[in-house]
Amino acid sequence: MKLRPSVQQDDFMNTAVVSASGLSLTFQTNDGPVNALSDVDLTIGKGEFVSFIGPSGCGKTTFLRVIADLEKPTAGSILVNGMMPEQAREARAYGYVFQAAALLPWRTIEKNVALPLEVMGMSQSEQRARVSRTLDMVNLTGFEKKYPWQLSGGMQQRASIARALAFDADLLLMDEPFGALDEIVRDHLNKQLLELWARTDKTICFVTHSIPEAVYLSTRIVVMSPRPGRVTDVIESNLPRERPLHIRETPQFLEIAHRVRDGLRAGHSYED
Amino acid sequence: MMELLSLSTVTPKSWQSYVALALILAAVLLWPIFAEPATSDIGSFSFVLLFLLVAIGADGFPPKPAAGVLFVGAHGAVLILLAMLLGNEGAARPPFYLLMAAAWLLAWRCIALLSGLQPAARWAQILLRLVIPAIFGLWLLIFWEAITRGAGIPFILLPPPSAVGARIANSLPILAADVQQTIFKAALAGYAMGCAAGFVTAILADRFLFLRRGLMPIGNMVSALPIIGVAPIMVMWFGFGWESKAAVVVIMTFFPMLVNTVAGLAASGHMERDLMRTYASSYWQTLFKLRLPAAAPFIFNALKINSTLALIGAIVAEFFGTPVVGMGFRISTEVGRMNIDMVWAEIAVAALAGSVFYGVVALFERAATFWHPSVRGG
Repeated sequence: MKLRPSVQQDDFMNTAVVSASGLSLTFQTNDGPVNALSDVDLTIGKGEFVSFIGPSGCGKTTFLRVIADLEKPTAGSILVNGMMPEQAREARAYGYVFQAAALLPWRTIEKNVALPLEVMGMSQSEQRARVSRTLDMVNLTGFEKKYPWQLSGGMQQRASIARALAFDADLLLMDEPFGALDEIVRDHLNKQLLELWARTDKTICFVTHSIPEAVYLSTRIVVMSPRPGRVTDVIESNLPRERPLHIRETPQFLEIAHRVRDGLRAGHSYED
Repeated sequence: MMELLSLSTVTPKSWQSYVALALILAAVLLWPIFAEPATSDIGSFSFVLLFLLVAIGADGFPPKPAAGVLFVGAHGAVLILLAMLLGNEGAARPPFYLLMAAAWLLAWRCIALLSGLQPAARWAQILLRLVIPAIFGLWLLIFWEAITRGAGIPFILLPPPSAVGARIANSLPILAADVQQTIFKAALAGYAMGCAAGFVTAILADRFLFLRRGLMPIGNMVSALPIIGVAPIMVMWFGFGWESKAAVVVIMTFFPMLVNTVAGLAASGHMERDLMRTYASSYWQTLFKLRLPAAAPFIFNALKINSTLALIGAIVAEFFGTPVVGMGFRISTEVGRMNIDMVWAEIAVAALAGSVFYGVVALFERAATFWHPSVRGG
């Protein structure tokens, strides 16, 4: 799936939500330069669910942050919805879900979900309608008036997903959103996320540490490795779109998981 | 005496009661309690013993009734002891102090019992929270009264609290005028202006890098200005009225607000700021929706610090020229006229006003930062 410059590239970009070519990012630190991303070529089409997996320092979060215009690449080019990342951010092209819920503790859940809508200057009635719709999507109806610290970690993260969904961006960037949650809550939220994706037809970029999570969720898995951060393999998933939790015990699933693990090994991700 | 002791059929539960019992015995053995045996009234003395022994006897009861009886016994005894001092100023002998100490120990035991109570009703919890420090404060006054009058300490050095209280009651119009001048005009106006100026400067310093680099060190220097040196200059600039005092308060309160607000504006997390950035939020939107609410605990900290600084500044600034009204003016002139009770009266009023001021700010803080772990508890 590596995309090399070709005659068809221009056509392809029109349908691509994210297209990066030769993308590199070097952080200047006190210990010298760190190559967080090195020559990454990747195209993500509309409606895909792409997971980024790899050990710490492989640049998967950095790549997501470059898409979101939270970091500037030092070389190469990247387009988001056919725009520069900065324009895309200003056009509110994506919703971003962080590792922690990052809800504002002085706002109730409904006010937290309404935060981006307020920033975007939507009318009160529009805000109310969208808040109740998105809270319903993440099964948080009835918790509108609660404060974040009155909810469990899983509920907080669901509220933060609702906040990212509230303004109907077509692209959802999720940076290890369930990393801090326990396995049972995580399974539950994974299932809900898949249902949500099926219903809304959004494009989702999902960063994770977990092989089962990546395989369970994705249509495509991008395996990355550190020092320098680069893409070592891109694995297409041939699992059906309808995925009950027990699909994770099928040979098909284990086969893909095995390939992901091989990809990680090939990128020296299991070495010290 | 033995019949009284036999009242305590229930054995006391605390060391305070046993020590109190020993102190009472010693007091009886060391009779009389005043230098002149003729004025040592046996009747009153027996009442003191009665109160104390009943309290000791009640120590064995369950906590609630025990605390009640201990409270009445200890304070009843003290009240009689203090009344017996009338006409015996400076003539107290050791037994007097031994009995005071016994009453104090029983009050201690009473507070210990009250502190251990865990009432379910909310009003009872609030009442307990008020009563326990009130008993503490009361005993400070009781000892002050007993020692100044019992030992005959000269009025000039330290007047007893009863004399200060009487002075406050007799000088209400003067005190009210002083409070009006010093607190409602100088301190509050200066507080409002100083806090507002510090806050606005902090926002500007946050918005413009050159201000942060250039202004913060100068603000630091302003805060180091000695108030004693600045006050006379402010009087020259702004005249003898309250305006010059307000100016001193502005100088004192400006910097704490500036520093705290600048620190508070840096208090919001990276993730939250990135979040606002993904919404393409403008500087001012991020400021009002994220950074200022996150800075609220810091800002209220400054408001609390400044509430006491404003009072100090306004009072001290009046030492350097003022119309013939104001708390600082009153303190400096009444010291010169040896009316120490009036000085203490002003101090008491200032302490009360300062506590109320602080308390009001703290109430607003609780309402505004209800979400902060330090307020919501966990």
